Amino acid sequence: MGIRRRFGRLITNWVDRKPFSTSSAIVEQTGKPLNLYSAINQALHIALETDPRTYVFGEDVGFGGVFRCTTGLADRFGKKRVFNTPLCEQGILGFGIGLAAMGNRAVAEIQFADYIFPAFDQIVNEAAKFRYRSGNQFNCGGLTIRAPYGAVGHGGHYHSQSPEAFFCHVPGIKVVIPRSPRQAKGLLLSCIRDPNPVVFFEPKWLYRLSVEEVAEHDFMLPLSEAEVIREGNDITLVGWGAQLSIMEQACLEAEKDGISCELIDLRTLIPWDKDTVEASVRKTGRLLISHEAPVTGGFGAEISASIVESCFLKLEAPVSRVCGLDTPFPLVFEPFYMPTKNKILDAIKATVNY
Amino acid sequence: MMAAWVRNSANIMINRFKSKMGSLGMTNFSSWSSSFTRTFPVVPASCAQNLRIPVGDFSNSPAHFRFCSYRFESGKAETLSDDGDANQVLDLPEGKVKFSYELSFISESAEERECCYRVLDENGKQILPSSYVEVSPELSVKMYSEMVMLQTMDNIFYEAQRQGRISFYVTTAGEEAINIASAAALAFDDIVLPQYREPGVLLWRGFTLQEFANQCFGNKADYGKGRQMPIHYGSNKHNYFTISSTIATQLPQAVGVAYSLKMDRKDACVVTYFGDGGTSEGDFHAALNFAAVTEAPVIFICRNNGWAISTPTSDQFRSDGVVVKGRAYGIRSIRVDGNDALAMYSAVSAAREMAVSEQRPILIEALTYRVGHHSTSDDSTKYRPVDEIERWKIERDPVTRFRKWIESNGWWSEKAEIEARNSARKQILHAIQEAEKVEKPPVADMFTDVYDCPPSNLLEQEKLLRETIKRHPQDYPSDVPV
Ligand SMILES: Cc1ncc(C[n+]2csc(CCOP(=O)(O)OP(=O)(O)O)c2C)c(N)n1
Ligand SMILES: [Mg+2]
Repeated sequence: MGIRRRFGRLITNWVDRKPFSTSSAIVEQTGKPLNLYSAINQALHIALETDPRTYVFGEDVGFGGVFRCTTGLADRFGKKRVFNTPLCEQGILGFGIGLAAMGNRAVAEIQFADYIFPAFDQIVNEAAKFRYRSGNQFNCGGLTIRAPYGAVGHGGHYHSQSPEAFFCHVPGIKVVIPRSPRQAKGLLLSCIRDPNPVVFFEPKWLYRLSVEEVAEHDFMLPLSEAEVIREGNDITLVGWGAQLSIMEQACLEAEKDGISCELIDLRTLIPWDKDTVEASVRKTGRLLISHEAPVTGGFGAEISASIVESCFLKLEAPVSRVCGLDTPFPLVFEPFYMPTKNKILDAIKATVNY
Repeated sequence: MMAAWVRNSANIMINRFKSKMGSLGMTNFSSWSSSFTRTFPVVPASCAQNLRIPVGDFSNSPAHFRFCSYRFESGKAETLSDDGDANQVLDLPEGKVKFSYELSFISESAEERECCYRVLDENGKQILPSSYVEVSPELSVKMYSEMVMLQTMDNIFYEAQRQGRISFYVTTAGEEAINIASAAALAFDDIVLPQYREPGVLLWRGFTLQEFANQCFGNKADYGKGRQMPIHYGSNKHNYFTISSTIATQLPQAVGVAYSLKMDRKDACVVTYFGDGGTSEGDFHAALNFAAVTEAPVIFICRNNGWAISTPTSDQFRSDGVVVKGRAYGIRSIRVDGNDALAMYSAVSAAREMAVSEQRPILIEALTYRVGHHSTSDDSTKYRPVDEIERWKIERDPVTRFRKWIESNGWWSEKAEIEARNSARKQILHAIQEAEKVEKPPVADMFTDVYDCPPSNLLEQEKLLRETIKRHPQDYPSDVPV
């Protein structure tokens, strides 16, 4: 399976963060080159267009959002369907749950994933349990929560976090993270149309940086299906979102040393596609997981534990985790905090030579 | 107020409940029920008493109150007299409530918006007769000089960000008077829990330009050890809590701090700042309610600057701004012209006196305008008219207004102006140059302060990181000592 890669503008930063792309596994459709925020914008256009019961709202969404993802939507669909909310995340989520409970598709934007916590109660105790606690009399499945997550080079404590693991600990919601524009469009449309509440974290570092051809028409990519984006035999690497581009660079370097890496984009973190990861580990006998969030209690721990349970006898080395450190996200120390290409490369070699 | 209440009910006899519900739809509810609040602004004589405006020592100012318009006064909800007919009141645990026999809703808004207290007009002329707290020539000049310093610091730091020397910046443009005048009215022991657009308060307290620059450059001398984005200042020795980007979280914390001062019987209060946007967060409402219930000496200062990034206040709330929310929580409140330094100074002085001597919270809504973009990541011409910005920038600039006033008093001159601006510029450029030379905090600082002392996981991660750095030194910035 070949990888079609398209490199966007280079950012002048300490990290050689190259944009990732969707593999050609998806039906080839040529479309216009789009960056990630424009792909999200296109998905939102389609969602609003195809279902009149779709609403898009959040802080500063009216003028297009601080990352421009909602540009033009209010003009096109009106301020009753696309609107600014007061600055109140718990309000945004509570409102979204109510709207969704009435059979609407509520697409709620939280301006930064770092600011999702005031809404934690609404997500964890309300959205996630709405169906279960009522014996399926009520559900808020039309709810989708969009939030930009992750490092961006200068975000410090409150514009950099990757809080996905908190939400992966909550039965009743789904967590989805795309790695590229085409993935973002197809997965977001699936999330919006999925009959369950979904938290959709967008890699904000890639909003402008990642560019690939995205088909203009309405298409969806399946949830809970991981994608093998690079095949290999010696070690399996699992990641999601922006981290995949770093992992891919490590794979390419490892290849020079004769190590063949299989790279898997998990895409949906819960409920996750264990089969695909398991099948790969059975083949390679080694597993490395990488994410930006702190290593302790990160979702990598869950993947590691599951795979050790099911593939213990197939493993030839301990599962390796290359992740963010157990500190708050630090501004000046960001390069030290991050799971860099070389950290991953070192871990690949250590695992293969175990 | 009772008098108003009685007259109101007489006026609306025609709407008595016995009239059919249907006819209620034809009644103009809002107009008559809102007259309840505004038409009869009877100020009970007892309030003046209540107020006890001090003749006392106001921190660093020889403040002398020439007060007495009723703006300073605060109404106390009238209580029912004990001899009232027991059948006409509902006896609740927290007090008695009189019955009404009218089906009457409280209007969603008062007939007129709450007034805005001001002392200086837009040309810096004192409006007579206005009640205000006098400010000495020395203090006035100091306030003005600090506003100039704040303005200059903003301009230069903003430029430094544009040049890529710092990663981010936020200006206070348009809100200099709120910053400096409120700070001037406080005592140094008063504790400040800021949002992010109040660096002037810290400047007033003596945080040096070098200290500002060190934080923005995230160098070794930054008290926050380079961990936070620029403008997230904090200084324990200046009684200024470290800024967090998360909106409104400081507000309930401020109440806890104030409660501690109360329990320790300190002659000090807490002052916490926030924007119009911040008032939408649950934390704001929790804070006001907690403050009222715990009778905490805390002053809430809302900088209502019209915008929360691109969101206008009309998308933020439909109340008459923020000031009216005070009463809903049982908190004494005032609306002030935030671009009038004298008004701001007077209001905060009076608020501080009440907060400390009466051990109660006070809410101040300062009306102003965010003249700058939200931050260096924002272009506000995308969502608001340029002439709106220009009008506030040119016609309503709080710094110019205060300058005109001190000039008209003979306390300031063109010469002093030029000197102040030149000197400010020089000092700030110097601070930046110095800050730039200082190296970044060492890698060890990444692992400290997560807890009081690093647990084993962090010790191990530090060790592994150091090994990685040795293997791949090219991956790491050379200005961070390892
Ligand atoms: C909890 C939270 N949600 C969202 C944000 C993003 N954000 C940063 S500033 C801001 C607007 C704040 O407006 P306001 O309180 O009026 O203060 P101003 O910037 O006008 O001084 C928003 C939404 C945040 N920092 N914290
Ligand atoms: Mg504001």
